[in-house]
Amino acid sequence: MAHIQLKGISKSFGNHVALRDLDLEIADGEFFVLLGQTGAGKTTTLRLVAGLEKPSTGQIFIDGQDVGDWGAAERDVALVLQQYSLYPRYTVRENLEFPLKSPIRKSSPDEIKAQVDRVAKTLRIEHLLDRKVDRLSGGEMQRVSIGRAIVRRPRVFLMDEPLSALDAKLREALRTELKNLQVNLGATFLFVTHDQVEAMAMGDKIGVLNNGQLVQTGTPHEIYNNPINTFVARAVGSPPMNLMDGQLEQGTAVTAAGQRLPLQGREPFAGRALTFGIRPEDLVLEGGAPGAARVHDIENHGVAKIITLRAGDNLLQATVPSQTSLKIDEDVRFSWNPEKVVLFDGKSGINLRHAG
Amino acid sequence: MMTTLSPSSRAATRGWSDITIRNLFVIPTVAFLIIFNVFPLLYSLGFSFTDFRASSKAPVNFVGLKNYTDILADPVIWRSFSTTLWYVIVSVTGQFVVGFGLALLLNRPIPGKGFLTTLLLLPMMLSPVVVGLFWKLIYDPSWGILNYALGLGKTAWLTDANLALYAVAITDIWMWSPFVMLLSLAGLSAVPKHLYEAASIDRASKLYTFFRITLPLVAPILLIAVIFRTMEAFKTFDIAFVMTGQPQAELISSRLYKMAFAQWQTGPASALAYIVLIMVLCITNIYVKYLNKAKER
Repeated sequence: MAHIQLKGISKSFGNHVALRDLDLEIADGEFFVLLGQTGAGKTTTLRLVAGLEKPSTGQIFIDGQDVGDWGAAERDVALVLQQYSLYPRYTVRENLEFPLKSPIRKSSPDEIKAQVDRVAKTLRIEHLLDRKVDRLSGGEMQRVSIGRAIVRRPRVFLMDEPLSALDAKLREALRTELKNLQVNLGATFLFVTHDQVEAMAMGDKIGVLNNGQLVQTGTPHEIYNNPINTFVARAVGSPPMNLMDGQLEQGTAVTAAGQRLPLQGREPFAGRALTFGIRPEDLVLEGGAPGAARVHDIENHGVAKIITLRAGDNLLQATVPSQTSLKIDEDVRFSWNPEKVVLFDGKSGINLRHAG
Repeated sequence: MMTTLSPSSRAATRGWSDITIRNLFVIPTVAFLIIFNVFPLLYSLGFSFTDFRASSKAPVNFVGLKNYTDILADPVIWRSFSTTLWYVIVSVTGQFVVGFGLALLLNRPIPGKGFLTTLLLLPMMLSPVVVGLFWKLIYDPSWGILNYALGLGKTAWLTDANLALYAVAITDIWMWSPFVMLLSLAGLSAVPKHLYEAASIDRASKLYTFFRITLPLVAPILLIAVIFRTMEAFKTFDIAFVMTGQPQAELISSRLYKMAFAQWQTGPASALAYIVLIMVLCITNIYVKYLNKAKER
């Protein structure tokens, strides 16, 4: 198990800058999720740690050792990819044995068998051991792929969207399994995903990447409740945080759309251009509330309903209990939980609490 | 539907149905096949049971299996067969080693790769007779460049009973290795890059990766290359005919040519041609069986 540190990492491919001055630290035994859109630089970061790419500048440390000149084999990492990368034409057992049979390791046949059986049991793929990998379903393939990663107890697990190609049910099931596995192994995980639900559900820590830059790192709680800027506010959470431009006037938030909502205790920020951020679950619909809006759309999710409201030019989303009965185009009144309002600078979009 | 007509209805507006178009392509092909392949094939099968000579007007007699039994009892023909077999082994193995080796060398990012590949493909685009003629010059004992470059004195490559076969095989290897290279290259570049990455992460050595991942994945296409080259090598005629008349190096197709067009024994020659055909079919069948196995794995 290992501690990973990236210092001032930049990586360009030709003219394209994939990563810009990235600093990242992953503690021993931590489940670290890198979250970002396609092209944000997640996979590049992962490949740099794996040793499949060399950084243009910067250093990578594993357990305090600079591994810049080390190849993938010496770094002792395991990699699970979205496309599984199982060795075709071999059985599940042969695939699991592969990392153990490499000449660098030289394990005895008994050891290898014991290891493979242990892993197969952990991942519940014992019944598949003698099957050719071409005849497995997506979920089974990904299990085998994870099995091949854990079979040799590497120092670090690197996972590149391992669950993205699976259907929703299976994804949820494997998500839980993977998290349990990480806890049981006490292993250091670097997990890359574009799915913020995965990030929130699995990560001990999340790093949000945008355009090759690390925007914010923190626990899921920190990222969710105190996003560093409007980008993170929109990137994390489903539905994302509502953002409204406006100003603060004597304990009242006045939005550009003319809504007036109570907001006490934030006097220092009065008189400047602001963006108010509020999570959908902190928007309340109630008669006599100060805000006026019209129901634009209703999505029933079973456990809750997500209501899209049109308030002036703003589309706001609110999560309400599923028994709430509303009709499209109905006029409603809304308010918010003032304590949960996050203030961003109206121009830069930076969270004013972080700005100090 | 106003603007986007399906291909069939567009053809229909011009008065040609799909069936008409299909027939336009298929009928000439089938006609050609029948006239130039199927008919001669069956006609020569008939000849193989007679004493027919294309050069004489003598009446044709049915002789039963005599042609076949004569051929199978003829030591000259048996020597030709074993020469041919040895030639096939040497030539195909050589082409395989050189071709696959070149493919491995080319299967990496190198500057001018496309140009280099095209250049390497040139030999197989030449006419075999031309290749035979200029290799004959290369092999020339007194002023050929090979003896000069290797300092071999007056080695008579093409007239020496022990060397002539290998000289022809080397020419064949030179000409057809590019073919094996081309197919191997296609196979090698089809191996997904992420498998190599996974193997390097799994700390597999280069050699181990080659034998465990590369080879099994390119095996089917390599086998196809070998099938093609075996069939062709078995039938080698033009190169050998142009290059050498050495009787020790006489390949079965040269023997066949002599029987059919020098001695005008049309009947027995047809019988020999059929024996060769059956042999080639047997050999390729063995390969095809391996191919299916390799694909299944």
